[in-house]
Amino acid sequence: MSESVDIVSIGRIFREEYGRSIATLIRTFGDIDIAEEAVQEAFVEAAKRWPKSGLPPNPGAWITTTARNRAIDRIRRESTRHDRYVAAARLDPGDEPPVPVGPVNDDRLRLIFTCCHPALATATQVALTLRLLGGLETGEIAQAFLVSESTIAQRIVRAKAKITANNIPYRIPSDHELLDRLKPVLIVIYLIFNEGYTATGGTDLVRDDLCTEAIRLGRLLGQLMPDEPEAAGLLALMLLTASRRPARVDAAGEIVLLADQDRSLWDRALIDEGQSIVRASLRRNQPGPYQIQAAINAVHSDAPSAAETEWGQVLALYDMLIRIDANPVVALNRAVALAELDGADVALAAVDVLGLDVYHVFHATRAELLMRLGRAADAAAAFERALALTANEPERRFYATAIARAVTRDRR
Amino acid sequence: MSQYLLSVHGGHESAAAMDPETMQTMFADVEVFNESVRQAGAWVYANGLMPAETATVVDASKGDTVITDGPYLETKEHIGGFWIIDVADLDAALAWAVKGSVACRGAVEVRPFQSDAPAPTETT
Repeated sequence: MSESVDIVSIGRIFREEYGRSIATLIRTFGDIDIAEEAVQEAFVEAAKRWPKSGLPPNPGAWITTTARNRAIDRIRRESTRHDRYVAAARLDPGDEPPVPVGPVNDDRLRLIFTCCHPALATATQVALTLRLLGGLETGEIAQAFLVSESTIAQRIVRAKAKITANNIPYRIPSDHELLDRLKPVLIVIYLIFNEGYTATGGTDLVRDDLCTEAIRLGRLLGQLMPDEPEAAGLLALMLLTASRRPARVDAAGEIVLLADQDRSLWDRALIDEGQSIVRASLRRNQPGPYQIQAAINAVHSDAPSAAETEWGQVLALYDMLIRIDANPVVALNRAVALAELDGADVALAAVDVLGLDVYHVFHATRAELLMRLGRAADAAAAFERALALTANEPERRFYATAIARAVTRDRR
Repeated sequence: MSQYLLSVHGGHESAAAMDPETMQTMFADVEVFNESVRQAGAWVYANGLMPAETATVVDASKGDTVITDGPYLETKEHIGGFWIIDVADLDAALAWAVKGSVACRGAVEVRPFQSDAPAPTETT
């Protein structure tokens, strides 16, 4: 039953199974480098063997078993007597099995908590999560975040050294610390998503591969921690945001704002999935920042047009969000709903006090409100500020067009 | 088990700036904390340091011996004291650091040792 196996399907299996195999081997051998090398060797072996023999019944299990055998061979070959003794103690099947201390006993969940340990810097958490759970090469991570490959490689090497030197545990945090420890995990996944959804630089507005990876990690976390409302909230937020992806850029690669998007292009399957999670969150009634942001996006996804949006509901949700998380970016988004309900002058007054001078969206939001108030010259100046603050090329073209529009209107 | 150095920055050192009453409360809190470390069996050693200006630096690494008056680093923040603890992993060490930081009113740096020192037979 040799079904055709090509490099594409091996690549797909790699993406799906890499994190799981790595996570299991790290638990078995207590060493990230041994695990990585062994899993990579197993995939090399698979690439040689599968095109001839066909896929094994359970490719993931085949990879993990092959990798484990490779790792054992390696340890036996290279270790001194003392090391052998230590490693043998680990390999002994009579060794105590992993003790489930958290809600779910899954190696990948252990691994994501280690990758996102608060003793590691956020940039390091992101790199390590993409490397170990996503199976991305350092080059791919470097490209995604517009930093050099050696920077990413160094970051990962330093992180592994810190994990080993500090004996950072490989386990799911216990219940009383779970809430604090879940926060960086959610932040890392959302950072990956946002970097994909609006790249900080480069020629494309969107990097779909990063969005896909973030949603995959979000789904995984949702499956592993079904009782964590914020994990579900983050997944819903990403799904609902991603649903607008096909309408965000026109055929010429130019940005289309939410108000102007062709809503028939929105991905109904993603909306349905996201909305059903939001409904479940409402029933659960344990609101948190990600769930509320998901709910706001659910309101947008319900509206046939921008004008028909339930802005009152959007504003009420932003008020709720600000009570939990009083951050100026939230207040900026709230002002957009405020403009629809109470007018651009009220919204502008709310925006002007925010002190987000280095954030291009702050200036762009001000500019849009100034345009509505007929202050085209001020609007042009604000769009200029926005333009100066972003390196993303589609965003720069969008602001340049907006400046031209404002200047033309000012001259009339 | 792993051993960690928990060093205090900006706590004990700035004690001179504290009023006597606050200082007394701090010392009492640190003693309570020390006792809880001993009770938990995590204690290896701890002590406070005299102010950094009492330090002397000796450098014989380049041939001649050079002796310098004052601390090695010209900085405002010096280590004011430290604990050495023996615990299961970094999470346990960080949990002690949180309590230690509250007790000594300073930031606590957590740093692993290369290898474990034998725990003293007597905890004085």
